[in-house]
Amino acid sequence: MKVKALSRSTADYTRETKSDIQRLPRNVDPALHPLERAREYKRALNAAKLERMFAKPFLASLTGHVDGIYSMAKNPWDLDLITTGSGDGEIRMWSLSNQETLWRVPSAHRGIVKGVCNVPGGETDRFLSVGVDKMVKVWSRTESAAVAGDATPEPAATYSGKHAFSGVDHHRNRPLFATSSSLVEVWDVNRSEPVSNLTWGADTTNTVRMNQTEVNVLASCGTDRSIILYDLRTSSPLAKLIMTLSTNAIAWNPMEAFMFATASEDHNVYTFDMRRMDHAVNVLRDHVSAVMDVDYSPTGSELVSGGYDRSVRLWDIKRGHSRDIYHTKRMQRVFCVKYTLDNKYVLSGSDDSNLRLWRARASERVGAKSNRERATLEYAEKLKDRYKYLPEVRRVLRQRNVPSAVKRASSTKQDMLQSRKRKEENQRKNSKPGANPRVAERKKAVIGVTTK
Amino acid sequence: RGAGDGGESADELALEIKQRTVKYQRGAAGAAESKKVRSAKEKATADHARRRQAEAAEAAARSEVLLTETGGYLEAEGMERTFKFTQKQLAENVDISSASKIFDLKLGDFGPYAIDYSGDGRRLLLGGRKGHLATVDWRNAKLGCELHVRETVRDVCWLHNEMLFAVAQKKYAYIYDHTGAEVHCLRKHEEPTALGFLQHHFLLASTGMNGRVVYQDVTEGKVVGEHRSGFGPAHVLRVNPYNAVVHVGHGNGTVTLWAPQQSQPLAKLLCHKGPVQAVAVDGVHMATSGLDGQVKVWDVRALRVLHEYATARPAQSLDISQRGLLAAGCGPHVVVWKDALATCAGSPYMRRMLPATSVQSLRFAPYEDVLGYGHSGGMSSMLVPGAGEPNFDALVANPFQTAKQRQEAEVKLLLDKLPADTIQLDPTFIGRLDPRSQAEIQRERLGDERARYAENKAGGMYRDGAARNRTKGRNSTAKRYNRKRQTNVTDLKKLQELERMERDMRQAAASKPRPAHEAGALGSFYAEKARLDG
Repeated sequence: MKVKALSRSTADYTRETKSDIQRLPRNVDPALHPLERAREYKRALNAAKLERMFAKPFLASLTGHVDGIYSMAKNPWDLDLITTGSGDGEIRMWSLSNQETLWRVPSAHRGIVKGVCNVPGGETDRFLSVGVDKMVKVWSRTESAAVAGDATPEPAATYSGKHAFSGVDHHRNRPLFATSSSLVEVWDVNRSEPVSNLTWGADTTNTVRMNQTEVNVLASCGTDRSIILYDLRTSSPLAKLIMTLSTNAIAWNPMEAFMFATASEDHNVYTFDMRRMDHAVNVLRDHVSAVMDVDYSPTGSELVSGGYDRSVRLWDIKRGHSRDIYHTKRMQRVFCVKYTLDNKYVLSGSDDSNLRLWRARASERVGAKSNRERATLEYAEKLKDRYKYLPEVRRVLRQRNVPSAVKRASSTKQDMLQSRKRKEENQRKNSKPGANPRVAERKKAVIGVTTK
Repeated sequence: RGAGDGGESADELALEIKQRTVKYQRGAAGAAESKKVRSAKEKATADHARRRQAEAAEAAARSEVLLTETGGYLEAEGMERTFKFTQKQLAENVDISSASKIFDLKLGDFGPYAIDYSGDGRRLLLGGRKGHLATVDWRNAKLGCELHVRETVRDVCWLHNEMLFAVAQKKYAYIYDHTGAEVHCLRKHEEPTALGFLQHHFLLASTGMNGRVVYQDVTEGKVVGEHRSGFGPAHVLRVNPYNAVVHVGHGNGTVTLWAPQQSQPLAKLLCHKGPVQAVAVDGVHMATSGLDGQVKVWDVRALRVLHEYATARPAQSLDISQRGLLAAGCGPHVVVWKDALATCAGSPYMRRMLPATSVQSLRFAPYEDVLGYGHSGGMSSMLVPGAGEPNFDALVANPFQTAKQRQEAEVKLLLDKLPADTIQLDPTFIGRLDPRSQAEIQRERLGDERARYAENKAGGMYRDGAARNRTKGRNSTAKRYNRKRQTNVTDLKKLQELERMERDMRQAAASKPRPAHEAGALGSFYAEKARLDG
């Protein structure tokens, strides 16, 4: 006879010494793993619930300003530094890791500090500020007096303009910066008069943003509901885009040089492709009041926006609704938001004079993770991704505490939009076919594009 | 077997991997394509997903090279037949540790023994009819606990690990600790005759002399289902590991399939001409034996008979091993068949007879080549080469687990506890696409709403145009709120659907063929006549 019986030796299945890990032989045969789908579904549900349990995005509130924060600049060369300008003319430079002010100027401007931006070059602490007092001031932290000293820091240079400024942005590598007032002016950092000015139309401009990837392009938005793109090489405007309502802020996508996002008064964030501006690439709807500021993440695939409705929302650029909302009772109207350059945090500066630091992904925790922990987190992510359409899991993943004002406003808004849509449908139903053609939502906000 | 030999060529290896991949595909390759035209983006996502699934199946097939053990076998040479080999001959030809797995426990005083092996095959639970209970680590012959309950014990069952076990005693079911201390008396299980434990749902199922099937959640103690079968006392209950459906055998020859939250059985099969004596299920096949002396093998997914075998005496107990061996206990004989499920087996694989005993319950030890059976004289264990799965998955069942691993496994099992309402005949229904179109689903929902509206209207709810303000009675606020919601809910989709339904009804009415005399120039007069006639 030929016979062999199954016999396992204990030595093969137990560890040799106490310092070894335990042995875990695996067999992925489906016959040994019954009810796979049900168990995966249960684990996905658990993962969704844990995500909501761990969703604590608020990290810190940096206090110090006395008036609201209306402008903010992140430092591309030092993750720790943030510069903010407030409504009483004070400018502060903060250290995010110590959550304290490193340097401040109590009255940098007479009136609101409308814009701050960093100056590239050798020194990482030079920055510009503009205000309603028609002044452009160049500051350098190391050259001026420190916080502790009595003497107020003095700017390295001061230039004055003809009209009140509303925004400023610096070129990626050349010593040029652009300001917006009643017209867009391009300055040289070392010269006290603008080098050139760019105009198209006679209205005031709200903001100006220089593209940091396609470095010769800049965009400005005006109170006449227009967004104008300029080219520095020819010192002239490229194209003008008229929208239904005016834009409050623009952000260029750091990864896709031709894409920009606009924060509009009509509660939406629109993303545009500058090559084809007759329609928006995407419409992001969720705010219930004007969107005041928008910023891209360094990966270019996410956005953060701050609204007049006291909330900060995070978006995936490909989807139409926000993936998260941050709010606190103490945070009033949000005027500026920034996504930090390590893709981990979001900053919001608001009316209540506080700068708040939030996590970009509410359930994520900082710190190095062991291989097992990372594998478990990746598994949880994949499970949620696979089962996110099933009702129970979807309900848990979507659950957010939304402020009651926002909730009420959003349901009213929904009713209004539905009734308008219903009216439109009735009109279409009762008129000649083809008399009321459907217009895509992405085209509705754009009134026209003109090129020069 | 495990890895292929070194002498195989690359082609043969590729062919073997391809054959092995079939097992891991889980129906993904053969999934029916949706006939709807999909956008390029959807198509790309679906193609990507399908490619990843194929890669995963191939990777799993390739990983089989890491499996260390190969299964047991018994082959006869020349004129020998495998069923003629005795356990003594086997003991002489296998290694010492395997030979030590053949033993007899002489416990003649306390009646025929019901046995159960724990999930990792390590511990054995014995329950004598007259009330003797014992747990043993049978490989080391170490006694876990031993007690006598002084009343009839009809069945025993381990719970999720070796810390707890359930016993079907004369009047109620009881749960005991690993030390033998009684933990719970489950009064809802009246006169239980057979027990089964659904591992992933933590449900203890029992059937008894009152013909009811009772499900109890052992983590909370809640009874999640109590169903009357209508077939009288039942003595046979087995859990199907593939879909957690409970198979109950009745005295009129039927086997019924139960889910905890369905008051009617999922299926009823008429199996035998006499009472059902035993049932055994693995995911694909079910074996049943009846007092008519037949053992039938069924395809449990299609619910139809595959083969029928006749045994000299009715088989009192059946079991199917992890590798598809079928064992039957008929009187003093134990007969094991190989390949009796998918194909028809001509002769048995192994046989054993213990004189002057009658086999009460048979169980294969998981992950071992061992068949244990309790009989009227005690309990015996015999070697059946090729019965057990050689490579266990430590995250499912680990025969070498430490106390710490057992505790962690228990916590993980509790976190993954499945809700009782996910038990269906087909366990893959979760996450499957609803084949109906969105319009159909809406229509059905709308139909329900319209029906509800009509019912409410008939019941006088919308009298006087306004919802009546009932202040008396339970939940009047909630009821009023719900009524208001029903009357005031309108949304675009609903209106569109109503429109479409009305249009369909009009079209259907229009397309109905009119009788000949009503059509034509004089049709209107006939219609008028019909109206006047009433």
